[in-house]
Order: sequence, then C-alpha cells, then structure tokens
Amino acid sequence: MSTLLEPFHSGFFVNAMAIGTMAGALCGLVGVYVVLRGMSYIGHGLSHAITGGAIASFVMHINFYVGAGIWGFVSAMMINRVARRRIIGADAAIGVVTTASFAVGIALISRGHGFTRNFESALFGSILGVTGADLAIVGGVILAVAAIIFFTYRRLLFTTFDPEVAEASGVNTDRIDSLMAFILAGTIVVTMNFLGVLLVAAALVIPAVIARMLTDSFSKMLWMSVVIGALSGAVGIYASWFLNIASGPAIVLTSAALFVVTYAFTGARSMRRLRTADAHL
Amino acid sequence: MSATADLIRLEKVTCAYRSEPVLVNVDLAVPTGAFIGVVGPSGSGKTSLLRVVTGALRPVAGTVSFPSGPIAIGYVPQVETVNWYFPVTVREAVLMARLDGRRVPWSSREERDEADGVLARLGLESLGGRHIRELSGGQQQRVFIARALLRRPKLLLLDEPTSGVDVRTRHEVVHLLHELHHDGLAILVTTHDLNGLAAHLPELVCLNREVIATGSPRKVLNPSVLERTYGAPMEVLTHGGMPVVVETAPTTVVPLREEHHEHPA
Repeated sequence: MSTLLEPFHSGFFVNAMAIGTMAGALCGLVGVYVVLRGMSYIGHGLSHAITGGAIASFVMHINFYVGAGIWGFVSAMMINRVARRRIIGADAAIGVVTTASFAVGIALISRGHGFTRNFESALFGSILGVTGADLAIVGGVILAVAAIIFFTYRRLLFTTFDPEVAEASGVNTDRIDSLMAFILAGTIVVTMNFLGVLLVAAALVIPAVIARMLTDSFSKMLWMSVVIGALSGAVGIYASWFLNIASGPAIVLTSAALFVVTYAFTGARSMRRLRTADAHL
Repeated sequence: MSATADLIRLEKVTCAYRSEPVLVNVDLAVPTGAFIGVVGPSGSGKTSLLRVVTGALRPVAGTVSFPSGPIAIGYVPQVETVNWYFPVTVREAVLMARLDGRRVPWSSREERDEADGVLARLGLESLGGRHIRELSGGQQQRVFIARALLRRPKLLLLDEPTSGVDVRTRHEVVHLLHELHHDGLAILVTTHDLNGLAAHLPELVCLNREVIATGSPRKVLNPSVLERTYGAPMEVLTHGGMPVVVETAPTTVVPLREEHHEHPA
C-alpha cells in the first residue's frame, strides 16, 4: 500500500497529477466539439502549427503562452478563411497552413537557436518542472473555456449540429467558428507541454469518442467526456510514475485502453453511433 | 392581397457564388397566409432563394424588404443534410431553436412545456427522449418542422420536404403543411416533386435562375412553361381534376450496340 501511495509524497508528483487531470478534463470538454464538428484533423494540425509558434516565441524572447497562443489562433483563423472560400478543401487548407507553420519552427531550430534539447519533451510531453504558474494557467483556461461554453451553449450546439439552419435562425456562425478556433488554440497551447505535440490531438479525440459510444444525448456526452478525460489524465500520470514513461503517451494509452474496454462492453451498437467520429480516429 | 400585407418582398434580386449567378432579377412577394411552392431543376436556385429570404445569402443586386416589419422565420432543411448520428434527442433538437432569453444551457420549465406542446401538436409527444435516428421518415421530418415552429414563425421555409421519402411519408408531410397553412402560417416550400407536392399547392413559382412563371398549378404546369423551366419536354395530363406531369421519352436515343459498331475493337 505504501508503494502505491509513495508518489503522493512528492510535491512534484502532486503537481503533475493535478496538471494531468486538468489537462485531460479540458481536452475532454473541448474534444466533444472537435469530434462532432469534424475538426479532429485541425486539432492535430494546430498542435504542429503551434510548435512553430512556440519556437518562434522562444527565439524572439516572447512569453510561450502569449506567442504560441496568438500563433495558434491566427493559424486556426487562416484555416477557417481558406477553407470557407471553398477553392480548396478544409483538409488541404490545414495541410498548407499547419505544415508551413511547423516548418518555420524547424527552420529556426536548424539555425541553431538552442531549442533542440527541449524538442523531445515538446513532442512527447513532460511533467518535469510543473510550476504553480502552470497550474494557475491551465486552471484559468479551464474556467475561461467552461464559461464560454456555458454562456454560448445553445448557439455552439446549434452551430455544431446544423450550421446552415443556425445561421438562418440568427446565430452568427462566423463568430462561433472564431470562438471555437480561439478555444481550440488555447487548449492546445496550455496542454501541449504536458501531453506532447504528437499526442494532444489524441487526448482531444479519444475521451469524446468513448463518451459518444456511451450515450445518444449531447449534454450527457459533454460531462462524460470531461470525466473520461480527467480520469485518463490522472491514471496516466500515475502509471507514468511506475512505468517510467513520458506523460503524454501514458495519458493517451490510458484513454485508448478505456476505448477498448468500452468497445468490448458495448460492442457493435456503440460503433454505429460513431459514424460521425470514425473518420477522425 | 394588398402590397402592405406582404411578409417579405424580393425585387430584382440577383445573387452569385463568386462570379457564377444563381438568381437573376428575381421578383417574389410572400403575402401573409401564402402557401407557395418553388419548382425547378437541380441548380436552378431554389435553395439559394430560401437563403436570400433567411438573410444567409446577400444579393449582389436588387432589394429584400419586410413591408410588415421584421418577422420570425422558421427554416426546415433537407433531411439529407441532417447528421442523423449526432447525439441529440428529439427534445434537444427542438429546443435548439429557442435562442432568445436564457443564456444558461438548461431549458426552463416554460421552454420544455412549449417544446412538448409543439411536439404534441405534431403527434410526437411520446418521442421527446428518443434519439432522432430512431424515428420513421415522417417523424424525422416533423421533428425539424417542430424545431422551426418553436421559433413562433410567421413564415415557414421548407427545402425539399418530400425529397427521398416514401409515399406514405409524403402524404403525411403534405397533410401537415396544409394544416399549418390552414392555421394561418405562411409557407414557402421548394420541391422537385411536381405531382406529389407541387400540384397540391395553391401557388407555384417556376424558377430556373430567373422566374419563368408564377400562378396556380393549373396555370403554370403546362408543357411550354415546364420545358422553359426544366429544359426538357414534358406532357401534362389531367387526373381527377389535378394536373399530372409526365416526362416525355427522348426521341434520339443512340443504342449502345450501334455505338459499339461504330468503334470496333
């Protein structure tokens, strides 16, 4: 028993557990909209784009959260704009914007600006050195995202389900799209250090997909996804201590295991519900 | 009908997607209590016309006015565009339309009662907790009509409400629309279905980017207007006092065998 509780004697681990749980919950909340709006590929691409922004911020001595946040929001808005013109598809727009943005970061690294030693932890996530400021920032973003979703719940739901009729019913769908881009960029920026650039998209998608397998109600899916995300974060961080693996893979493998268990118990019936999400897995 | 009783009036409206015109010099007035069908081939601008009425598509020329003042408009999309695997129950789908007032996620007792009242009016009172995919075709169509009605509209717009549905569902939809019209609701409906829906409406607009003809089905469902609208010859018969449109078989079909003989291997 004392072995199981051993990690909690470390202040570093308690901070890591808190940040993992909060990051998982935040990704679970935002992931519902990402999955149902078919934005999973945007989530994946944005994490790469924001890496470019993070490196550029480092080189220009700008605060990571400010620089990467602005970079991510601008990238998301550019994807929206290019895709809306319908000359090229959204997937191609994501490919152009995010890879170009990522390439900027790689180019800066190749110029030898000293970011290389942190690159592995950026890719796979690290909970080393989680500070009180990190906890406050992730907590603040959770509160802000929750407040935005709370007060725009009906418009967000309507736009997610049926953008054409929502627009015809007086919803400013352009504003809702921008709001979603802002929320998604903010979520990726504050969680990518702990989950990893390559894995943050999985943390967004998997809890929402599991929740979708369990319910046909949107409101239930929302809170289920938050709980599954938080649980994956907490269990993943705990497992990473004993297995001595990076935090990002541990969290994602935990949620992937939950997906397998859910599938085993709910079977084909739940898979039928996933037709909206299967393209993003 | 006096001009001041028009709910909405389009005058010389032209719309385009990029440089491609989809509507050209369209004049249309929808009076209070009207029941108008818009018919035309695919790509003739029917859905664009509805989008102009809702304000989602802005004309590049012409004017759209509301002579009686701003009105609530209910919009029912084509069921083919609905994501049937989205996680919403019937009641959640209907309550989406209630955007005014409360900013909190959950609905008030009054909102739930009103939604239940609309569902009961459309015969869906026992289905509020069911997922939208679990309903029959006619029930699914009625869910989205219920959502539009919850906005308490003066004008109801429907885009191809009988597209892809079976005969029984079509009868249900036509019957329901006539009931709503009888209750005083103005209705503007687009349709491909000349015999199953358009022929049963009081007034039709034949559209092919521009308005070809307007009037009662007896007046506009004739071979000349239909050929100008659809670009293909059609015959019109009469059955039980109703016009019945019959497609005329093409006269210049080239048999595949002859084509094969012209291009021997």
